[in-house]
Amino acid sequence: MILFETIAEPVVATGMFTWAWTMIAVPAVVAGVLLLAGKLSDAWGHLLATAAVLWSFAIAVCLFGHQLFADAGSRAVVAPLYSWFSVGEWSFEVGLLVDQLSILFAMLITGVGSLIHIYSIGYMAHDERRRRFFAYLNLFIAAMLLLVLANNYLVLFVGWEGVGLASFLLISFWQHKPSAAAAGTKAFVMNRVGDLGMLAAIASMLAMFGSSSFTDVNAGAHGLAPQWATMIGLFLLLAACGKSAQVPLQAWLLDAMEGPTPVSALIHAATMVTAGVYLVVRSHAVFETSPAAQLAVVVVATVTLLAGAWIGTSQDDIKKVLAGSTMSQIGYMMLAAGIGPAGYAFAIFHLLTHGFFKANMFLGAGSVMHGMNDDVNMRHYGALSTAMKWTFGTFAMGYLAIIGFPLFAGYFSKDHIIEAAFAQNTFIGICALIGAGITAFYMTRLMLMTFFGEKRWQPGVHPHESPRVMTIPLVILAVASVVSGLVMNNWIQEWLEPAVGNHAHEVSLVPTPVGMATMGIVAAGVVISYLVFGRGSIPVKAPATNNPITLAGRNVLFGDQVNDALFVTPATAVAAAVDATDARGIDKAADSSADAFAGLSTQVRRLETGYVRSYALTMLGGVLFVGVVLILSQLG
Amino acid sequence: MMNPENYLILSALLFAIGAVGVLVRRNALVAFMCVELMLNACNLAFVAGSHITGVLDGQVVAFFVMVVAAAEVVVGLAIIVSIYKTRRSTSVDDANLLKL
Amino acid sequence: MNTALLPLVTGSEVTFWIVAPLAVLGALGLVLSRRAVYAALSMAVSMIALAVLYASLGAPFLAMTQIIVYTGAVMMMFLFVLMMVGIDTPDSAVETLKAQRPLAVLMGVGLAALLFFGIGGAVHYAPATVIEANAEFGGNVEGLANLMFGRYVFVFELAAALLIVAAVGAMLLSHHQRVTPKLGQREQAVERMKAYADAGEHPGTLPNSGVYATTNAIGAPALLPDGSIAEKSVSRTLVLRGAAVDPLPLTRLTSQTFAAIEAVTEDEADE
Repeated sequence: MILFETIAEPVVATGMFTWAWTMIAVPAVVAGVLLLAGKLSDAWGHLLATAAVLWSFAIAVCLFGHQLFADAGSRAVVAPLYSWFSVGEWSFEVGLLVDQLSILFAMLITGVGSLIHIYSIGYMAHDERRRRFFAYLNLFIAAMLLLVLANNYLVLFVGWEGVGLASFLLISFWQHKPSAAAAGTKAFVMNRVGDLGMLAAIASMLAMFGSSSFTDVNAGAHGLAPQWATMIGLFLLLAACGKSAQVPLQAWLLDAMEGPTPVSALIHAATMVTAGVYLVVRSHAVFETSPAAQLAVVVVATVTLLAGAWIGTSQDDIKKVLAGSTMSQIGYMMLAAGIGPAGYAFAIFHLLTHGFFKANMFLGAGSVMHGMNDDVNMRHYGALSTAMKWTFGTFAMGYLAIIGFPLFAGYFSKDHIIEAAFAQNTFIGICALIGAGITAFYMTRLMLMTFFGEKRWQPGVHPHESPRVMTIPLVILAVASVVSGLVMNNWIQEWLEPAVGNHAHEVSLVPTPVGMATMGIVAAGVVISYLVFGRGSIPVKAPATNNPITLAGRNVLFGDQVNDALFVTPATAVAAAVDATDARGIDKAADSSADAFAGLSTQVRRLETGYVRSYALTMLGGVLFVGVVLILSQLG
Repeated sequence: MMNPENYLILSALLFAIGAVGVLVRRNALVAFMCVELMLNACNLAFVAGSHITGVLDGQVVAFFVMVVAAAEVVVGLAIIVSIYKTRRSTSVDDANLLKL
Repeated sequence: MNTALLPLVTGSEVTFWIVAPLAVLGALGLVLSRRAVYAALSMAVSMIALAVLYASLGAPFLAMTQIIVYTGAVMMMFLFVLMMVGIDTPDSAVETLKAQRPLAVLMGVGLAALLFFGIGGAVHYAPATVIEANAEFGGNVEGLANLMFGRYVFVFELAAALLIVAAVGAMLLSHHQRVTPKLGQREQAVERMKAYADAGEHPGTLPNSGVYATTNAIGAPALLPDGSIAEKSVSRTLVLRGAAVDPLPLTRLTSQTFAAIEAVTEDEADE
């Protein structure tokens, strides 16, 4: 395969690229400074943190510009930093790989990250732990950049764990709420399951290829026996499921909405949860060697896509609707990544556009909550389009982008995925198409319940527009939601070709038959949603229902219950059994032996008279004994 | 010059006598003096060693031993006095709580 | 012994053979004497003997230090403490620990044998003396100073710190904190009368020691009117030390003298 030879040898970093490491180092150091300086930095901590992210963004933009004007062969750059450690024959280098794929990620992370930092200055203005919040955000930025810029899986894993930690800290940021603390723990534990897959994958790679660097793994994967490739692929899929909240490890994402809204926007919508997609795309060679692993990715993605959409239709919590939507959209990306060479670029394309419009909507939701005294229940909203004009306007851009309104960002990226899915398998394509319809349905529901209809505000709530520092990021993200699809549509396939080895094919602005069908389905979703939610009044309390579909959606498809039944209960039983064994068996044995020794020592202690002189006599005897033994051994 | 071994033998003899004294005397003060005698015996060995080897380091060590012995005497006597204050006895056999 | 110099008897050899037995005798006296004061004095003898040996070994500084620090300061401190804690009870001759003495002597002999054997096996020396080393800087004290403030200056500083810590530690250890309030005259009087009421203790001053014709030593007990001995007229310490005088011979002598005097006065009256 000639394609893969183009990605084999990135050039060594020179010039600008030797600065790449500061993208990671500056936020990391600032996070450390803010955490260590404590209250001293309360006054300026948030500004320093924002400046750190802007620095990273500036570097990323410079590097991107540099790559854009370089010739295609020298775009991918590797910047070796230092030798981490070596074990036996394996040595692990810490190095950064700045190629066409990772620079897009770096720009998304730092760009959206900067906007969210700025937004948070306003959003968290009244939180007394704001400095700590910004320190965690910077920690996240540093870890996420390490994740995407690493040139091997082990360093990637460091970033992987780092974002897990930052996610945990930020979800449970309002730790005084038991629900937030529990949500953080839940996310952490479920992510550990995925990390297990990651570790197993890295170990397998070391066993198979003797290296964990992307270059070696992608080069060696083609010579691998399919069953081993399937194994590594499934491990990687497990890892991706954990991080990206794919079925069956999806249950943590909705609870993660307990965190502050900027966190949900940055981590649980735009960046961290897409790390699974990045992992699959990065490991494309492994998946291409194993059709079974690819099929697994496609199945997981399709199930998640529909499950997320299903959840989105019946939640009343605005952030949880968006979280379900995030699950669903990541399902699309995974689907594209699982389809193979035809889909990689579309996966990344959708990832980027989704990063913009989902961050936009999350921040918009945060703005709404800001005006509604932190109420998240959409049944208490209504008619906010007049009260919060800027928020409404920007949110509407995000809405149009996600449902795939023509010429908005989602229109391009999602349609390509659906087309690719049809090209792969008609059934999968139909599922993706249905998903698009449901997306339109629940997003319209959200819009109608939040911004239209009659006022259902709780007493004492006076909605107001958020301050400028919050609305300006919204405007920027809204603009990106509108234009990013159009800008990248023709360009991104070619750009990513050397990095992910996709097959570029012609995309046009004129809708294909599949595109027409998608638009039809979307329009149907919008209309049905309007007929259900747009005409009548919406009850302030969720109406009781026996509809199993609604019930399942409200209960997040019983994910928690399934986990409880399948894992928690057996684990508790095993723990109880182990505890009983410990108490009756091991403790008993330990106690008995201790008793035996105690009895023995009762006898031995009679030797201890308490008289110093007899102790001294014994010591002198010991000295004599040792001296005699030494002298005799010298003689012998 | 006479045989320096004689000094070392005298030192060993004094050391052994001191050791026996620690073992048999019950009066804490006397036992303590026996310890001092053992230290003095060591000093003699150091000084004789200095003479044997022809360098002064042995004498310096003996000097430091004296300093440490002085410090030790101060603390030891303070302990004996405080024990005497509470127990009205200087017998080492009376302080026999080091047992179960 | 260096055979070449065998016929010559040097000054240091004479010194050794005179002083070494004294040192051993002092050490034996320390171990064997039953009274702590005698033990301390024997110890002083031994130490002075060692000082003489130091001087003959080319260590005049240490000899002086030995006399000033050890014999002068340390031994005197021992004597002070002996005075403080009382020198009332000599060690009893009965050993309470089973087989402690024979075992201790056995161990002592074994230790001495081990040391002799070790010395016999381990000492290898070139015939050298410390004279050259002493001469190098112009004297023993200068040579020691060179080492002490040169190579061993850090140890020297540590020793200084140790001495300070020891002084502070001794102060802490011997510092006595009063746990009950000090009894005033009134309280003492009340207590004394209470003891009289409860147990019949005599509330007044203790009786003086006895005054006899031939002695009025403090160890001589006084007699009560019925001729029995007043126990409290002699300090308990003196009794324990065996310094109390048996009053019977004194009484007899006194009564004889009294009788003689009476006889004389009667004779004079008769005349």
